[in-house]
Amino acid sequence: MTTGALPVNFDFVPALPEIALLVGACVVLLVDLVLPETRRSWSYWLTQLVVVSTAWLSLYVFHEAPAHTFGNTFIADTLADVLKFLSCVTVALTLAYSRSYLAARGLFRGETFALMMFALLGMMVMISANHFLLLYLGLELMSLSLYAMIALQRDSGQAVEAAMKYFVLGALASGLLLYGMSMIYGATGTLDVARVATTVFAGGVNKTMLAFGLVFVVSAIAFKLGAVPYHMWLPDVYEGAPTAMTLFVGSAPKLAAFGFMTRLLVGSLAAMAFDWQGMLLILSLLSMIAGNVIAISQTNIKRMLAYSTIANMGYMLMGFLAANINGYSAAMFYTITYVMTTLVSFGMVLLLSRAGFEADQLDDFKGLNQRSPWYAFLMLLTMFSLAGIPPTVGFYAKFAVIEAAVDVGLVWLAVVAVMASLIGAFYYLRIVKLMYFDDPVDDAPLEARSDTRVLLSINGLALLLLGIFPQWLLGMCVVALTRSY
Amino acid sequence: MLPYLSLAIWVPIVAGLLVLAVNRDADAAAARWLALVGAVAGFAVTIPLYVHFTLGTAEMQFVEAVEWIPRFNVNYLLGVDGISLLFVLLNSFVTVLVVWAGWVVIEKRVSQYMAAFLIMSGLINGVFAALDGVLFYVFFEAMLIPMYLIIGIWGGPNRVYAAIKFFLYTLLGSFLMLVAFIYLYSVSGGSFSILEWYQLPLSLKTQLLLFVAFFLSFAVKVPMWPVHTWLPDAHVEAPTGGSVVLAALTLKVGAYGFVRFVLPILPDASHYLANFVITLSLIAVIYIGFVALVQADMKKLIAYSSISHMGFVTLGFFLFSELGVEGGLVQMISHGFVSAAMFLCVGVLYDRMHSRQIADYGGVVNTMPRFAALAMLFAMANAGLPGTSGFVGEFMVILAAVKAKFWLGFLAAITLILGAAYTLWMYKRVWFGAVVSERVAALKDLSRREFWLLATLAAVVLFMGVYPKPFTDVMHASVTELLAHVAKSKL
Repeated sequence: MTTGALPVNFDFVPALPEIALLVGACVVLLVDLVLPETRRSWSYWLTQLVVVSTAWLSLYVFHEAPAHTFGNTFIADTLADVLKFLSCVTVALTLAYSRSYLAARGLFRGETFALMMFALLGMMVMISANHFLLLYLGLELMSLSLYAMIALQRDSGQAVEAAMKYFVLGALASGLLLYGMSMIYGATGTLDVARVATTVFAGGVNKTMLAFGLVFVVSAIAFKLGAVPYHMWLPDVYEGAPTAMTLFVGSAPKLAAFGFMTRLLVGSLAAMAFDWQGMLLILSLLSMIAGNVIAISQTNIKRMLAYSTIANMGYMLMGFLAANINGYSAAMFYTITYVMTTLVSFGMVLLLSRAGFEADQLDDFKGLNQRSPWYAFLMLLTMFSLAGIPPTVGFYAKFAVIEAAVDVGLVWLAVVAVMASLIGAFYYLRIVKLMYFDDPVDDAPLEARSDTRVLLSINGLALLLLGIFPQWLLGMCVVALTRSY
Repeated sequence: MLPYLSLAIWVPIVAGLLVLAVNRDADAAAARWLALVGAVAGFAVTIPLYVHFTLGTAEMQFVEAVEWIPRFNVNYLLGVDGISLLFVLLNSFVTVLVVWAGWVVIEKRVSQYMAAFLIMSGLINGVFAALDGVLFYVFFEAMLIPMYLIIGIWGGPNRVYAAIKFFLYTLLGSFLMLVAFIYLYSVSGGSFSILEWYQLPLSLKTQLLLFVAFFLSFAVKVPMWPVHTWLPDAHVEAPTGGSVVLAALTLKVGAYGFVRFVLPILPDASHYLANFVITLSLIAVIYIGFVALVQADMKKLIAYSSISHMGFVTLGFFLFSELGVEGGLVQMISHGFVSAAMFLCVGVLYDRMHSRQIADYGGVVNTMPRFAALAMLFAMANAGLPGTSGFVGEFMVILAAVKAKFWLGFLAAITLILGAAYTLWMYKRVWFGAVVSERVAALKDLSRREFWLLATLAAVVLFMGVYPKPFTDVMHASVTELLAHVAKSKL
């Protein structure tokens, strides 16, 4: 805890969304205890209410200038507000898309909702933390909730295995992070994000120890993002977890990871940019190539999308490593649009699944255009967006990160990146091929709740609309980062 | 004045989306009529472009500029000059024919078919009208999506292979072009305006690297030897309408890229590598001509003849003379009409016999005399007979080549023999001779729809062959300006 020069302030307003979410999560947990099984949907709606209110609160407390509280350990700025809002919306959509799926598998329970809310709380803390310990706390809160969520399907050996794998490797990553943080503490004598920055900037610190710590911190970040070579857990977890949980793991935590990475690398270690740029460069390069190449041979769509995630995180890192606002905002835009795309792609897998049937094979998408032209169209948009083909938003995401790389003179990296996307385009095109060119093997009617249908359609169309009018989101990312850093 | 260029882009796209709303095969008639109305309206809005076009200036006309993505200084910047104007017209015109050609032939998922072509048409207009690099790229790439679906859904037995090959091949080039665009944006201090790039000084090394990126992108599209292999596959598998659009329009996009980007932005690299491009073009003209000669499949034969004809276009461009560039452009327009007609002719036969093999035919003239007459005209045009549009462009390019170097012209002129050989030999085997089978004997002559479709094209082909002035007049000033850019070193 910081003492001395800085006055210790205890203003609760900046943390209002977190507080509301915590209270809400506890209420849901308690209410769910007394509800009979038939009224389970009440907890669901209560959860939605809490999450949506938290989203609204994140905007309500909107900060144009950064506000610090709790003795400077907590920061609320535009970047945090935006990321928190988006995380809440993502979780709300995740819940909506997975409702039928959870119900059909006995997972439509208070525990699921509570865990999701605690995971969300963890993400929000990660986004707003201004202190190494708080960053760690947020990360652990999120991760522990995620492990439990995946293991919630107790009768599925695959899910438990995935949870175990995730837990063991996740614990290792947390260890790396703590070790790295302790090194940085050793070098600078503080755990306060902003103070680390000023101390490093002022010079006179033990550079070797700092760099040593940085390596561990970057490794932990890479693990959370799933960048090669820290990606091993990702395909197994994505495949093994119940699809609803895969969607959860694959969406909102990426936003939190972006916030986390920004706080650590930009907020505290910007003066070490030259060092972490090189590390991110290697991570980015390996992820783009390995992710896209390995995805080709997958037959399970969840696994394929997992490798696609790895590749996409590589692209995101490519923007980030430019180490200027231009690059960070490109990376932020990339993350946001990637999360939007993930919501649709896994949402579609959820939609095609039904009781006793997991639509997790590529072949389950065969002939979707004949079963439902609309869903096929939405999935088509998603796939072209992932491939980076205009007029979908994925194009501008790739465009922005490539621009950021070219701008700092890394033209060769841009060329490698587009060549990797070319490889990636193949497996995205294969999904389109299955949907449009092949005949269906499964004639079961596609039934979905009307709210799911509407939300999924809006979400899918947003990929196209944002692809035609990307300015406001691009601009917002610049504004958010400029105000914060 | 109305924003005609925006209308030319968005009328077909909106019409396409409306058609898509009629997504039941039971309502196919509604989809067809709606599509036809959309296509005709799309063509109608391009006519004022020609009527109000001011001759004698190389300035961009009908310019529309709206701020689009200020984050990257990207603008919705449209405009046409004498080079691009004709392609907008050609595209909108051919779209009408394509919609009409698919009228009764397509029975499966009619609305999706029609919508794909309409949206495609709007996107192609966008490519020709865009003056902003990103806008150009967006249209250029988006074009792939409908074509991928057209080949993959309504194509032949090997359609999946052809569709994916087509997509990935073109993507390879265009991704590199994107990097080139972003590089130009970076060195120009933050501008995506194509016309501003014309003024940008670039070192020879940079120009050569950019040349590679642009060249791969456009050469694949044209397509030039040796990156042409996707085209025969795509053509053979695509439905008739798809082949028409591919040959008549999307190939033109590649060649257009050379005159819009490569020559004016990279003049020194263009001069430096002119012999390389000319060599590839001549290989396309001669070698691919021979390849066409031995094809057993009619569509494949026409596909190879397209590559050979497009070789003329790139040859003309890289001679850097007025005659050469104009000849190339005229050849592009003419090939747009002639190849469309040739593919429609094959479509007429295929719809009746469900075979494209030359060996299955013979003596068609006995059962389809009207069709044979029209097909004869198009075959002659394809061979470059004087009096047809095919002659004008080839003649201009050969003339320009002879002026540059005699042996260049000599080699280019071989096409007159080869083109005549493969086209007329095919014509002889399919149409002339005795009726070879009962199926040929049972053929019915053109329906009224087919007749008028081909007759319209025949009229255009003859008109352009006899009186090409309305076409060349338009492009004159712009070509002069283009050559001024090419002649000015940027080093």
